[in-house]
Amino acid sequence: MQLELSPEDEEFRDRLREFFTTKVPQEIRDTVLEGRHLSRDQIVEAQRILNAEGLAVPHWPTEWGGQDWTELQRHLWHEEMQRAGVPIPLAFNASMIGPVIAQFGSREQKERFLPPTANLDIWWSQGFSEPDAGSDLAGLRTSAVRDGDDWVVNGQKTWTTLGQYGDWIFTLVRTDPEVKKQQGISMLLIDMTTPGVEVRPIELIDGGHEVNEVWFSDVRVPGENMVGELNSGWTQAKFLLGNERVGVAPVGATKRALATLKATAGAQLEDPLVRARVAELENDLLALELTALRVVAHSSDGEPHPASSVLKLRGTELQQAVSELALDLAGPASLAARAGDDSPQEGWARRSAPTYLNLRKASIYGGSNEIQRQIISRTILGL
Amino acid sequence: MDFTYDDEQQALREAVRGLLASAYADHDARRRTAGAEPGFDRALWGRLAEMGVLGLPFSEADGGVGAGPVEIGIVCQELGRVLAPEPYLAAVVHAGGLVAAVGTAEQKADLLGRLSAGEVLLAAADTAPGSRWGSQADGVRASVSDGAWTLDGVADPVMGGESADVLVVTAALPDGGGTGVFVVEAGDATRTGYATADLTRAASITFDGSTATPLGEPGRDLAPSIATISDLTRIMGANQALGVMQSQVRATTDYLTSRKQFGVTLNTFQALNFRAADMYVSLELAHSMVDWATMTIAGGDPVAVADAADRVGLQVSRSGRHIGQEAIQLHGGIGMTAEYAVGVGTAHLTVLEQWLGNGGHHLTRLAGRVDDHDLVDAV
Repeated sequence: MQLELSPEDEEFRDRLREFFTTKVPQEIRDTVLEGRHLSRDQIVEAQRILNAEGLAVPHWPTEWGGQDWTELQRHLWHEEMQRAGVPIPLAFNASMIGPVIAQFGSREQKERFLPPTANLDIWWSQGFSEPDAGSDLAGLRTSAVRDGDDWVVNGQKTWTTLGQYGDWIFTLVRTDPEVKKQQGISMLLIDMTTPGVEVRPIELIDGGHEVNEVWFSDVRVPGENMVGELNSGWTQAKFLLGNERVGVAPVGATKRALATLKATAGAQLEDPLVRARVAELENDLLALELTALRVVAHSSDGEPHPASSVLKLRGTELQQAVSELALDLAGPASLAARAGDDSPQEGWARRSAPTYLNLRKASIYGGSNEIQRQIISRTILGL
Repeated sequence: MDFTYDDEQQALREAVRGLLASAYADHDARRRTAGAEPGFDRALWGRLAEMGVLGLPFSEADGGVGAGPVEIGIVCQELGRVLAPEPYLAAVVHAGGLVAAVGTAEQKADLLGRLSAGEVLLAAADTAPGSRWGSQADGVRASVSDGAWTLDGVADPVMGGESADVLVVTAALPDGGGTGVFVVEAGDATRTGYATADLTRAASITFDGSTATPLGEPGRDLAPSIATISDLTRIMGANQALGVMQSQVRATTDYLTSRKQFGVTLNTFQALNFRAADMYVSLELAHSMVDWATMTIAGGDPVAVADAADRVGLQVSRSGRHIGQEAIQLHGGIGMTAEYAVGVGTAHLTVLEQWLGNGGHHLTRLAGRVDDHDLVDAV
């Protein structure tokens, strides 16, 4: 048992901190730290800066741009980015499809897709959920039917985050409707400029356009775009979702948000009730951060620590709780959510209600928190 | 950074667990021992001494083993796991800790040597009736006349005080001179023993011109040392609470998979399983904070230790109440009975928390410091 970082890890952390705070443009970092929306170009610019330094996809195989880091070093990388306000490399590319292609893709697929995926030359979208397949993802119905060397895809995907920016979409499609539902699914990569692909915006309760429906009408997809074997898509899906949950607890960003809130709270920080809420949240975040550290410290042998399932559940609860505190501190100023930039209300206060509403999503995506409780009770507690 | 135990630490855990299992293999044994005089197992205490467990915190020069906080934490976790009523936290960690912190070399060698050997039992008398968790003595006053010290006043609750041979008493020094620490032979005070909610023994102790020996330099204000030892005791109490919570979560999941109602086991019902899952979340969060606070002690900075004590105190309060209450609820009626460990575990968590500082106390202290820092960093 030892609390301190080793000198090597401390130097590693300092080097990252230095890079993140000096090489990523201040305007981009301020946008993140103040909770404003990043433009597509800002996200791309930040990822390319990281990628040029080998910092965009460190968890990939080294052959494809990954780094030979320990779990703890990956954790430090992730935390330091959040702390500095560096946009996390686009999850659809870096955490989702990249590792899947690296693990299951053909040599041709790896060479064709991995470099541009790491560099965000291709913006990937996710085509998993459907109107009738949410937590029960394997119930998906979008179909792919063989026609010569091609597949013809018909159906509808939904909750496709930032699909309006997407160049390509990785999808789960039903390629065999006759077998057990998990066994008739395949993974297809689809160029979103293909005729028959239509992206329709979904307006959310925060007024933003973050997610979309993606419709497929007789979309012709070359057979070479299937990742892995025919009807093995559920294997790729489970691999991807397992990666999705890791790092989904935004401890560093939530800590940063709470610290910023303290600085903005002004005289309200004299209110004992406000102080108590802040103190309780700081403690809760410390407990979460320490749990994350315990998990990474135990994961070096490749086996995930059982407590990892706590991270998504608790991390999203705290993310939501901090946004709730921001809303309460903003009070009536939060009503100016959709006022113009000439509003006399401060920006953080105007953003507080949309952010609070938007973050309700956090306990739903990435395996809803009820799914996490199911995992804990079944897998860990044996119930 | 490392959150794992080394081989020696694992061996210590196994040894302590094995010894405790021989005494408290089932809850009935614990119930019998705690319910009879003196409220703990003297033979077991002797074996803990032989194993070196009683001397763990003290230097070899003082007759101890010179182990670190992680080792002491392991012992406390194991004691908590079986709800052992032995006064380890009170006699060794708290009272022994005070002697080690402020005593002279001779005092330490004498008292800590005998404590480590199981020859003498100490108890710390530092709480005035009706007071809360401060390091200022306000129930007992010290007087000096011709170099002879005497104490007057009442200390209550004194955990482990009923059986103690020697009392380590915090007392207000004359003329507002701060707080001193004194040694009083138990026979020089009047005490009334009682059991707390979980059958742990405590006492109300009255000093009426009791002959006292100052620990360390006579007349010196020792409030900072007293506070630090209280913080160390809090962190070790959190270790003990962790052991209790681990047992309760395990007992609850065992119960859910074995108890049948409506012809099926209780784990058929998702409402119950989800509540057990939330108990597990609370347990892991507490576990992380306990490990962290314990490692913080090794850094040796009293300010950091005080902060860690507040933080782990708050977390263990939140987790302990959640787990303790839910453990009873998910067991149903059996959880209410004294013959079943799970509800007694909740009583034990309750006693530990109100003894060492409850969640509200720690939150108040933390709330007072929120503008001292930007971020709270783990490392």
